[in-house]
Amino acid sequence: MTRLNGGLIDRTRPLNFTFNGKAYRGFEGDTLASALLANGVRLMGRSFKYHRPRGVIAAGSEEPNALVELREGARQEPNTRATVAELYEGLSARSQNHVGPLHRDLMAVNDLASPFFAAGFYYKTFMWPKAFWEKLYEPAIRKAAGLGSLSMLPDPDAYDRGFLHCDLLVIGGGAAGLSAALTAGRAGAQVVLADEDFRLGGRLLMESDLLNGAPASDWVETVRAELESLPNVRIMTRTTVFGVYDHGVFGAVERVADHLATPGDKVRQTLWRITAKRAVLAAGATERHIPFADNDRPGIMLAGALRAYANRWAALPVADAGDAVAIFTNGDDGHRTACDLLAKGAKVLGVIDTRADAVAQGDYRVFAGAQVTGSKGRLGLTQIEITQGGHSSWHAVGALGVAGGWNPNLHLTSHHRGRPHWDESLLAFVPGQGGPQGLIAAGAAAGKGGTAEALADGKRAAQAALSDLEIAAPEIMLPDAADTPSAQQAFWHVPGKKRAWVDFQNDVTVKDVKLAHQENMRPVEHLKRWTTLGMATDQGKTSNISALAVMAELTGKTIPETGTTIFRPPYTPVSLSVLGGGDTGQHFRPHRLTPTHDWAKAQGAEFVEVGQWMRAQYFPQPGETHWRQSVDREALAVRSAVGLCDVTTLGKVDVQGADAGEFLNRLYANMMGTLKVGMVRYGLMLREDGHAYDDGTCARLGEDHYVVTTTTANAGLVYRQMEFARQCLWPELDVQLISTTDAWAQIAVAGPKSRELLSRIVDGFDLSNEAFPFMACASLTICNGLRARLFRISFSGELAYEIAVPARYGHALMQRLMEQGADLGVTPYGTETLGVLRIEKGHAAGAELNGQTTAQMLGLGRMVSQKKDGIGAVMSRREGLDADRRRLVGLKSVSPQEQVAAGSHLFTEGAAQTMQTDQGWVTSSCYSPHLQGYIALAYLEDGDKRLGEIVTAANPLEGRELRAEVVSAHFVDPEGGRLRD
Amino acid sequence: MLIPHPLLGLRDAQEFTYLGDASLLNRPDPVAPGAEAAFCDYVFLRDNPAGVHRELWFHEQGDRSWLVVTRNTVTHEILSAELASDVKAGAAQ
Repeated sequence: MTRLNGGLIDRTRPLNFTFNGKAYRGFEGDTLASALLANGVRLMGRSFKYHRPRGVIAAGSEEPNALVELREGARQEPNTRATVAELYEGLSARSQNHVGPLHRDLMAVNDLASPFFAAGFYYKTFMWPKAFWEKLYEPAIRKAAGLGSLSMLPDPDAYDRGFLHCDLLVIGGGAAGLSAALTAGRAGAQVVLADEDFRLGGRLLMESDLLNGAPASDWVETVRAELESLPNVRIMTRTTVFGVYDHGVFGAVERVADHLATPGDKVRQTLWRITAKRAVLAAGATERHIPFADNDRPGIMLAGALRAYANRWAALPVADAGDAVAIFTNGDDGHRTACDLLAKGAKVLGVIDTRADAVAQGDYRVFAGAQVTGSKGRLGLTQIEITQGGHSSWHAVGALGVAGGWNPNLHLTSHHRGRPHWDESLLAFVPGQGGPQGLIAAGAAAGKGGTAEALADGKRAAQAALSDLEIAAPEIMLPDAADTPSAQQAFWHVPGKKRAWVDFQNDVTVKDVKLAHQENMRPVEHLKRWTTLGMATDQGKTSNISALAVMAELTGKTIPETGTTIFRPPYTPVSLSVLGGGDTGQHFRPHRLTPTHDWAKAQGAEFVEVGQWMRAQYFPQPGETHWRQSVDREALAVRSAVGLCDVTTLGKVDVQGADAGEFLNRLYANMMGTLKVGMVRYGLMLREDGHAYDDGTCARLGEDHYVVTTTTANAGLVYRQMEFARQCLWPELDVQLISTTDAWAQIAVAGPKSRELLSRIVDGFDLSNEAFPFMACASLTICNGLRARLFRISFSGELAYEIAVPARYGHALMQRLMEQGADLGVTPYGTETLGVLRIEKGHAAGAELNGQTTAQMLGLGRMVSQKKDGIGAVMSRREGLDADRRRLVGLKSVSPQEQVAAGSHLFTEGAAQTMQTDQGWVTSSCYSPHLQGYIALAYLEDGDKRLGEIVTAANPLEGRELRAEVVSAHFVDPEGGRLRD
Repeated sequence: MLIPHPLLGLRDAQEFTYLGDASLLNRPDPVAPGAEAAFCDYVFLRDNPAGVHRELWFHEQGDRSWLVVTRNTVTHEILSAELASDVKAGAAQ
């Protein structure tokens, strides 16, 4: 155990956990990393490429090394940073990326082969032989890729999404963030304060600074209590603001239940969309390290992290409490760590400072003008080599803190093309010009990392934001604080022959950067892709600037000349589950249900997805073992008696106004304004490019009132197009539109006995052929007073009607029709039978209207009115379109029991089958129970003139072809006598 | 993105459907000489500028207004949003 005194952990609340199956104990307030360190565990994983033993580097979300698999079973979560995993009772974690036990990883052989794994290894090695890629290289690389593993089970937890609106979003709850939130909170502004940690305070919790002469955590607690009492302030801990989007929209993830063993009745995480008028970015800074030979052993970490573990978590990353700790620094900050560690009772070997004039700030030894040039310890640090004045010596240490300076966490400021600016005095990039509007960086994120400085800067940023919003900001008293010295030397890496790691997560060394330079991969973007620097979960938070500095040294340019690393969302990894926001399974794509859905379900119908709709596909009856039996029965019932089909899903648009007729004239290819009241007309819509778009019926219910229908698939799009025509093309027309698809339940009543059936439910309405002929429509009442609309239209080719009632009566209407028609042989039918009936009748549907079809091809060329303008009219007459010779025809298989597959291409019998001799293709096909054979619809060159010819339908995909006779597309009742009966 | 709907105030862009270049408002005269060529331009040719762009957005999950939104495609700054019917009617006067 290496637990120190003090710290912000609750020693009265011990928590048991396991790591690689071994039991340990930590306390409430610990992270997995701090608890492991306090238990003397330094080895936490294996590196990505070389499988080098690795331990924790950082104390926050920037951690590149200590990635573990957390939890068991379906909740197993790979690549979880131990530094941000909050400890809970029963937590179980495992190390990743090793074969065999962690301390004896068989894959460590990769480390011996490291000369082969240099930058660009993959690009260079797997280029040839080409044939090896698919069979050998790719499977092998895929197996080796990635660190953790997935459970492959569905995520059992719930996720949510939420929306927040505020005047000021404060990102980060450290010194700057708290003073900003307090300033804005007291001003009465709507404030959201978000911090990724589970406890407010940021770096204040990790430092030994005094505020008003007391521990900083006291002040944090006071401010937290005040903010919590303000109704206009919302504090969100465990919440990472991961991205800035346009117009003040921020994305954030709140880890609602990640700190619990199971979420219970809570959601696991919530995706927040925060719309903020202004934002203060007080995200702090991330420390960088100084690459030196073998700098990746467990026990070597960032000096600021070492300090944080000691101060906040009372933990030291040494195997044994008596082991000494050393600090390697290029500036004053390393000395701060030494002083804090001494105060905590740690044994400090000394501070190795690259500056020749360095002096001790306390009771420890200073190696001035010195460097750490090597390390030893197979699974954890045991010794370091210190080189001073040309003389090297080995020293026993249990831990080494490396302090290379601090990089402001300016990530969010570069999300909108903001370019960071190099500050030579800070030796760091700071937020530059541009970037998201209304986002003000403050505190360490703006390069103002001193405690007093950050407190003042947070206040300033909030005041600036409030002043923009014209909210008066009261002056607030900030606590007494001091800024610690922060001078440093521009010292970026220790030169040497051995490998010195720059990016721990991707195993990128100084040598790799040199190789990239040598191979002319010098721009920072190339450097990244050639070496994989800065990729993966940490996105180079601890490594990018160091690599840039090495490249700058090699090119002889300055760092800003060499490049700037910018960032895109997300700031830290965001799980796909929370981005889905709970929209999984059925919620991902909700179904729309027809008014007769429950009824159809009770009849045992099979359903099919049509767009978003669930439609009855067919209604199997007892004894039917194959869908064809059901469909054949349903189709024959329609042709001989009467069938019922829910056609509610067709789009319905009410068109009203004095100019409704004129509007529809322009919308449809054919004339609608001349339609008589009480009549229906088939309508064809074109796209403006002249191709057929959609078809349906147009019924004129009154002088100024039309109802048009669209296909199910295009209902939304046609309505959008109609609104476009109304608002954008002809706003001068007096016409109003409303979609009524969901308002009316519509049932097709089709078959020779349909009139008889309907006569039993209408309220004294004359259904005779004279009073209500084919293509008539009317508003009426049925079933003693229920308002309804009746259309005498037919998709099946039989005497048929469609009857519409308010949607809530759809179910009851279906039941009533079934009862009333029992003696007539009434039969419900689904979409399969609908398809058979329309193919038998030669009616076009989706397969025929595929976006490349012209009116001529459909045989409707003459429908395109030459007397008037309409959408697509001009373009339909252009060269190429009007000369299209393909026509919709019917095909009958010469061997009636052989199916003509849809998609087959048509050729003159005996002709070579090439692109040049292609004569058309089969669009729809089915078995026709009426004709007792397979039939199809097809587009065929000059098809209307080739009736009776035998053509070849080739299906080369399945190596099949068959002979089919060209016939009229109207297989049933070509004269239309049944419709008009 | 947030779109300042002239009737409804700031609305989230997710409520809208995007169509593109507002030149679609200028449907050519179908009976003028050279109508076919004019329609070819109208249907197939669009500007796609990096910078200020007038474009059509449909408030599909809202009040079903078509809007002409003037937007900088580089910065996503929205300079104005008008009802397309007003723009069209204004142009006709």
